[in-house]
Amino acid sequence: MTDTKLKFKAGRPTSLLPVPTHYCPGCGHGVAHRLIAEIVDEWDLRGNVIGMAPVGCAVIAYNYLDIDMCEAAHGRTPEVAVGIKRVRPDKLVFSYQGDGDLAAIGTNEIIHVANRGEPITVIFINNTCYGMTGGQMAPTTLVGQRTSTTPKGRHLIGEGPPLRVCELLSPLERVVYLERRMLTSPKEIRLTKKAIERAFRVQQQGLGFSMVEILSPCPTHWRLPPEQCAAYIEDRLTPVFPVGVIKDTTSAARA
Amino acid sequence: MVTAERVLITGNEAAAEGAVRGGCRFYFGYPITPQNDVPEYMSRRMPEVGGTFLQAESELAAISLCHGAAAAGAVPMTSSSSPGISLKQEGISYLAGCELPALILNVQRGGPGLGDVRCAQGDYWQATRGGGHGDYFCLVLAPYTAQECCDLAVLGMHLAEKWRNPVLLLTDQQVGQMMEPVTLPPLGPEAVGDPDWALTGAAGGRPRHFIHSYCGRPNELVEWNEKLIAKYQRMATEEVRYEAVEADDAELLLVAYGTSARLAKAAVTAARARGHKVGLLRPISLWPFPSGAIAELAGTARKMLVVEMSWGQMVEDVRLAVNGRADVELLNTFGGAVPRLPDIEARIEAMLA
Repeated sequence: MTDTKLKFKAGRPTSLLPVPTHYCPGCGHGVAHRLIAEIVDEWDLRGNVIGMAPVGCAVIAYNYLDIDMCEAAHGRTPEVAVGIKRVRPDKLVFSYQGDGDLAAIGTNEIIHVANRGEPITVIFINNTCYGMTGGQMAPTTLVGQRTSTTPKGRHLIGEGPPLRVCELLSPLERVVYLERRMLTSPKEIRLTKKAIERAFRVQQQGLGFSMVEILSPCPTHWRLPPEQCAAYIEDRLTPVFPVGVIKDTTSAARA
Repeated sequence: MVTAERVLITGNEAAAEGAVRGGCRFYFGYPITPQNDVPEYMSRRMPEVGGTFLQAESELAAISLCHGAAAAGAVPMTSSSSPGISLKQEGISYLAGCELPALILNVQRGGPGLGDVRCAQGDYWQATRGGGHGDYFCLVLAPYTAQECCDLAVLGMHLAEKWRNPVLLLTDQQVGQMMEPVTLPPLGPEAVGDPDWALTGAAGGRPRHFIHSYCGRPNELVEWNEKLIAKYQRMATEEVRYEAVEADDAELLLVAYGTSARLAKAAVTAARARGHKVGLLRPISLWPFPSGAIAELAGTARKMLVVEMSWGQMVEDVRLAVNGRADVELLNTFGGAVPRLPDIEARIEAMLA
């Protein structure tokens, strides 16, 4: 007998291609991709969205998201996105970037794109390391965190503290929306989706620059079982990278 | 209706206006001498034609903005001078790898390093051998007058779109900053990339477009390179351009481009007046290089003189073209110095003696 109380709630979004990904078990990229795909589906955005895949673990995000996408040189991702947006201002343009791409080699680009208030949205995946190349130290690596290039842990003296990009961009006048979230539980994942939705709306309304930073698990390079990554993010990452809305001047920008 | 006009402008401004008239509506630049009048000109001109001017925070950003604009279906332009072009090489390699069109102006100055801001042709190898990482070629056009800066910018816009490939306009400080009368062609419509591949949003259920140079699957990059190489081979046969001056019966053939070609041309005129059979082959496309035309002339011209403002770069292509069938000599200056006409004339006399 069919149980009529069961409802099908969580199928694969149409915009997420039915292919296996190359991501490690427990990686956050698949979840983040799915959130974007859900929004594309729910908002019927497929004909009106163009995405940027970065250099890094998400380099072939265009093999997973069934939307128009472009590649960029390492770190240039937001400026390539701006090039697209300037030609197609009516499209929703987002760049999807990791912490090496955005916070190290592309720091110049992200600061100037944000400062100009370019109406693009950045999805910033912060997993505190370079995943693709073998887990080396990223600007976001925690002090004391062991990576393949900080075998004794990152030293405050000489290697500096982790770079907080949201806080760095926050004072810039035309940065309208900054929120940091984490992929640690169904509730937090839903909050992450809401943050992306808000950022996309900021862009659609032409208010200025928007970015969502996502604290994302990297069990491979954290050398942790996937099920322990959520606790690691909450215990170790959030004291350094507090989650929540970092900046929201949408009301002022709208006025 | 905009009709042809005759104006007195610099070679840099002529290249900028030529790009606009060839359909460019997106320009991204960064200040560097001796090409600053290009971004300055475009900052005034682009709004007049409904185009976009953006001064980028770096040369890398400027070429990356071109990358995005081209991916979205425009034929963008950027410009710089030698050290700035070195910075842009990352993006140029990506444009080539992604098969994206763009017009890139290099107003050459002295090098290496910061060098100086005077006339030089030391970027020949960088321009004609790809310049960035990987196996690729840019089409390279070398104007020698302000008029040709304009005309080749129009052509460059067309060729970039036609071949989905970066096109380099290679000039030098004198060609760029000298003012000359220029007849402008009519203002053409905006150059728009093919919607069959450009990023427009996957509307109406069409398959997604993704612009990439990354080829991670086994053999994928081999096949991608084979496709690119086949394109370069077609470009190499179809896009050779040169000017031959008194070349058919020349016993001594000069080969020069840009500012060097202006001097070489004057030297040819003077030598002919003295009764010498001297001619000039002026490559207009540096890649593809007019090797066939030079090889053919090597039957008559047993001697060749390459005039260039570098330690000797284009001379290697001339030697490859003649393959030992003519004596090839080099008259060169470097470090910001320009050849003197009397020195070229004296060398011609010495070679014919």
